[in-house]
Amino acid sequence: MMRRLVILGAGTAGTMVANKLRRRLAFDEWQITVVDRDNVHLYQPGLLFIPFGRYRPAEVVRPRRGLLRNGIQLLRGEIDVIDPERKVVRLTGGGAVGYDYLVIATGTSPRPDQTPGMLGPEWRKSIHEFYTYDGSVALAEALRTFTGGRLVVHIVDQPIKCPVAPLEFTFLAESYFRAKGMRDQVELVYVTPLDGAFTKPIAAQRLGSLLDERKIAVEPDFLVERIDAERKTLVSYDEREVGFDLLVTVPLNMGADFVARSGLGDELNYVAVDKHTFQSPAHPDIFAIGDANDIPTSKAGSVAHFSAEVFAENFCQYAEGLAMTGRFDGHANCFVESGDGKGLLIDFNYDTEPLPGRYPLGRIGPLVLLRETKLNHWGKLAFRWIYWHLLLPGRRLPVPTLMSMTGKHRPDHQSEKEI
Amino acid sequence: MTVVTLGPTRIHVDAEGFLTEYGEWTEELAVQLAAQIGIALTEDHWKAIRFLRSDYPSHGETATLRRVSTLGGIPVKQLFALFPGKPAKKMAYIAGLPKPRGCV
Repeated sequence: MMRRLVILGAGTAGTMVANKLRRRLAFDEWQITVVDRDNVHLYQPGLLFIPFGRYRPAEVVRPRRGLLRNGIQLLRGEIDVIDPERKVVRLTGGGAVGYDYLVIATGTSPRPDQTPGMLGPEWRKSIHEFYTYDGSVALAEALRTFTGGRLVVHIVDQPIKCPVAPLEFTFLAESYFRAKGMRDQVELVYVTPLDGAFTKPIAAQRLGSLLDERKIAVEPDFLVERIDAERKTLVSYDEREVGFDLLVTVPLNMGADFVARSGLGDELNYVAVDKHTFQSPAHPDIFAIGDANDIPTSKAGSVAHFSAEVFAENFCQYAEGLAMTGRFDGHANCFVESGDGKGLLIDFNYDTEPLPGRYPLGRIGPLVLLRETKLNHWGKLAFRWIYWHLLLPGRRLPVPTLMSMTGKHRPDHQSEKEI
Repeated sequence: MTVVTLGPTRIHVDAEGFLTEYGEWTEELAVQLAAQIGIALTEDHWKAIRFLRSDYPSHGETATLRRVSTLGGIPVKQLFALFPGKPAKKMAYIAGLPKPRGCV
């Protein structure tokens, strides 16, 4: 009898894991099925560039089917509920998929419906977001026709997918309006529920000036309760108000609703897993990878990538009845666009905050950590090719899976801050 | 990482004064930490602090206000009233946990 591995979601994590495991698991023993609601794979890092007209929308989408290796079945369907006792995934409309092992990779999604006043007459008019294809295309038009006023970039709450993206958006917007010769007519405000735009000591010390230099105001500790669309105003739980002419918000991010219906989710529908192995403590044959789980690191493609390497090895051991020996360390890295054709690179894990230095080859670099360079920007642009051609097919990249201290150094003095 | 003396105890704290060792926290210490930021702990404060303490070991990071509200049963509005201005940060400080952070 064939053993059945079912993967829910053919996004970054699900596609990588399916392809990696298809190469490792014997065709005559293992059936691999991936379930997704549609056949459109979105290159999500590209959404950041669409509002500024830097990517054409067609450059960020491909059919999911073509990204999955032969021998992987792609099943189109909407997931209704998982029944962990019977080991069945039920689809809306009556279909069912039985599994021996289940991998939940359904990610996280922006939920504008969770903030009163966000969806309404001003949605996609003066209230925008750039975490969906339609949203980023609509925002491109809004920026192109913006005649000046207060542009507010806003984060509803943590955690969010690609946590540096709102900061990158702010830098790119500043650069965009400067290039258009209308920077004087645009007031830029960055509104965050955290205590600053940068919250890790060394990054805050090194990068704090990036905002001052660009005359970007920061409104910290702001947790939005509702949006007064009529008055174009964000209202916080402690009754503070921030008015806007154009709002670019990052709505509350939540995992898929079926996770909650299946009794597997936390307060934001993220699947509780062991942070080193991604295994559900409640149901050992269920794993959750990528943004769908509750591990305490960034929700980002790089995490999906590094964790997929660990998971694929571990899964083969687990399926053989062996102990899983790989332990994920929370490794993430990320190019951060800072405008004007420059970018930063950060590399960190559960225990080590972003540090300055070079990456990935020690002193050779060639990439520089925690400092603006042109090469980091080109790295970010080159990443799109790497994503389609190396990452999704599950090929190994020439960078370490676990975070390495090679090339990094810890500055001696850290700045003191008052609570 | 610095060692400071607060009342009778020596504790490890980061540059902003947040405890770095989960095990060094005591309820007596919480009273002193709260006093340092001008808060006299009432039973309502304790409900939030105890939720944060019990949630952290399994969750791996300090609970957000939303999590305290949903799982701990204390509305966000009330958290702002109990810990004015910066409830997430103040609760973490008193509970001896890391402040809520982004990735940079």
